[in-house]
Amino acid sequence: MSTYSLARNIKQGHKPGENPWSVSRVVALLVLAFLAATWLVPFAWAVLTSLKSEADAGASTISLNPPDGLGFDAYRKVLSAGDIPSWAWNSLITSIAITFLTVAVSALAGYAFSRVSFTGRRWLYAAIIGAIIIPPQMLIVPLFRQMLAFDLVDTYWGIILPQTIAPAMVLILKRFFDQIPVELEDAARVDGANRLRVFWSIVLPLSRPILAAVAIFVFIGAWNNFLWPFIVTTDADLMTLPVGLQTVKSAYGLQYAQNMASAILAALPLVVVFLFFQRHIIKGVATTGFGGQ
Amino acid sequence: MSTAIDATTTPAEVVAEGPGSGQDRARRGESLTGWAFAAPFAVLFVLFLVVPAIYGLYLSFTGETLTGSGGELLGFANYAEALTDPDMWKSLGNTLWFTVLSTVPLVLLSLAFALLVNLGLPGRWLWRLSFFLPYLLASTVVVMFWSWMYNPKLGLINGVLGEFGIAPVAWLQDPNVAMISVVVTTLWWTIGFNFLLYLAALQNIPEQQFEAAAIDGAGKWRQLFSIVIPQLAPTTALIVTLQILASLKVFDQIYMLTNGGPAGATRSIVQYIYESGFTGYRFGFSSAISYLFFAIIVLVSLAQYKLINRRNAA
Repeated sequence: MSTYSLARNIKQGHKPGENPWSVSRVVALLVLAFLAATWLVPFAWAVLTSLKSEADAGASTISLNPPDGLGFDAYRKVLSAGDIPSWAWNSLITSIAITFLTVAVSALAGYAFSRVSFTGRRWLYAAIIGAIIIPPQMLIVPLFRQMLAFDLVDTYWGIILPQTIAPAMVLILKRFFDQIPVELEDAARVDGANRLRVFWSIVLPLSRPILAAVAIFVFIGAWNNFLWPFIVTTDADLMTLPVGLQTVKSAYGLQYAQNMASAILAALPLVVVFLFFQRHIIKGVATTGFGGQ
Repeated sequence: MSTAIDATTTPAEVVAEGPGSGQDRARRGESLTGWAFAAPFAVLFVLFLVVPAIYGLYLSFTGETLTGSGGELLGFANYAEALTDPDMWKSLGNTLWFTVLSTVPLVLLSLAFALLVNLGLPGRWLWRLSFFLPYLLASTVVVMFWSWMYNPKLGLINGVLGEFGIAPVAWLQDPNVAMISVVVTTLWWTIGFNFLLYLAALQNIPEQQFEAAAIDGAGKWRQLFSIVIPQLAPTTALIVTLQILASLKVFDQIYMLTNGGPAGATRSIVQYIYESGFTGYRFGFSSAISYLFFAIIVLVSLAQYKLINRRNAA
C-alpha cells in the first residue's frame, strides 16, 4: 500500500444510507462542537484581549464588552514600536532558504540512493538512516562551537545550514522514487539524456506531490523552530519571529493587550496560508508523517 | 542482461552483473554520477551532523568551557559527575514523567477526535481546522497564549473557575500542578498532528469491510472494536513511536512557560543540556549529558523496534 494514497483519501461527506439526524449523530455533533469550541478558546481569548485597552486587559473581570471598547490600538503600538515586521522577514527568508535547500539536496540524494549504483552507497545510506535517530537537541553545544569557529553566529547562514539536514526526508523521497517505473527513465536514457536531465525532466515532474508534501512539512518546522535560532542569534535584528518574541516578551511586562497582539500577529501568516491551502497542507503533513514509518 | 527489470532494481545493478572493460568504465561513470547527486547532502550531513556528533562526544571527555580553558581530557569524569548529579536525575525523571503524561492523552484523544470527525457529520472542515490549527503555531506563540490563560489573577481559566466559586489555582507556580499545566498546553498544541494521521488512516479502511460487518449484524460499537481499532494498529504503533520520541525531546514550551520551575519541578533533560552549556558554560559536562540523553533515545527506539517487529511477525 502506498503511503501517499493514505493521505490522499481525506475526503468529505457522510456515508450514504444513514439517517443524518439520528439521536446518536446529534449527540456526537454536540460533543464535537464542544471539543472544537474548547480548542478555539485560547485563540479567541487572545484575540479578545488584543482588542482591549491595556487598562481593560489588566482588569480582573472577564468582559466581552469592556468599558474602553474594542479596537486595534495594541496592534498599532506593536507594529510601530516593535521589531515584528523585521523578525517576520527574517523568519520568511530563513524558512524559504531552509525549505529550498532541504528539498533540493534531499531529492538529489534520494534519487542517487534509489537509482544510481555508486561505490559506498550502502554505507552512506546506512549512515543517513542511522542518523534519523540523532536528536538535534543533543548537538547544540558542539554545533554552536562550530558556528563560532566558522564565524556563522548571528548570520542567516548560521540559522539556515544546520536545519537543512533531514535524513528522514531523504528516506521519504527515496521511497517515492523507488515507486516510479524505471522504464520511463530508461527510454530517455537510451535517447542519450544524461542522469541530471532525466532527473529534472522526468523524475521531478512525476514527484510533484511528494516534493510539495516535504516542502510544506519542512517549511512549517523551520518557520516555528525555536531552539536552534535561539542559540545561534544574539543580535535582535537577525532574530526569527519565535526567538524575537521570546526575548521581548518580558519587555511588555504588564501590557497584556500588546503582548497578545504580537502573538496574534506572529500566528497570522501561517494561519492565513493554512486557510487558503488547507487541503495541500493537511495532505503534506499526513504524507510526510506516514513517511516516517 | 536481464530484460525483466523490477522497479526496485536499478539499471546500475543490472549493469554490474557482467564484468568487462567497457562495463567497468560505465560503472565508474555511474559511481561518479551517484556521488555527484549525493554530494550536496553528504557534505552538509558530514559538516553539520557527523562532525558535531563526534566533536560532542570528544567534548564530553574534556573540561571544556566557554573561554576554551580547561579543555584537557578528563576521561569519564563528566559522566561520573552527571550520573551522581541529583539535578540530572531530577530532569530525567521529569522528562520521563512528562513523556508518560503527554503520550497517553495525545494518542487516545487524537484517536477519539479522528473517530468523531470521521463520522461524516456536517461542518467537517471546521472540526478539522479547530483541532489542527494549533499545530501550526510557533512554541513562543503557544506559550504566550497559555501564559495568559494560566495567569493566576487575570487568566481565563481562574476567571471561569471563580464564577463557580472555585479558588484560583497557581497553574504554573504550584509544583504539584505545573507539570499538568505544561501537559495540557502540549496536548492543545500538538494533538493536530496525531489527529491528522489517524484521520488519514481511517479513511483508508475499505468501505466493504463495514458493509460486510453490517450484513453480519455487527453494530457501530462492535465495528469500532473489531474492525477499526485493529485496522489502525500500524498507525497507532507509528503515532506512539513518534510521540514518545517527540515527548522525550521536550524543551520549548517548558522553558518558556515555567523555565523549568518551580524549583526544578518541570525542568526537562534538554533544558538541563541547554543550561549546562549556555548558562553554566560547561561545554564538556553538557555534552556528557547529551550523550546520556542519546543513549536513552537509542534504547527507547530499539525497544519500540523490537515490539513492533514482534507484533508484525506474530
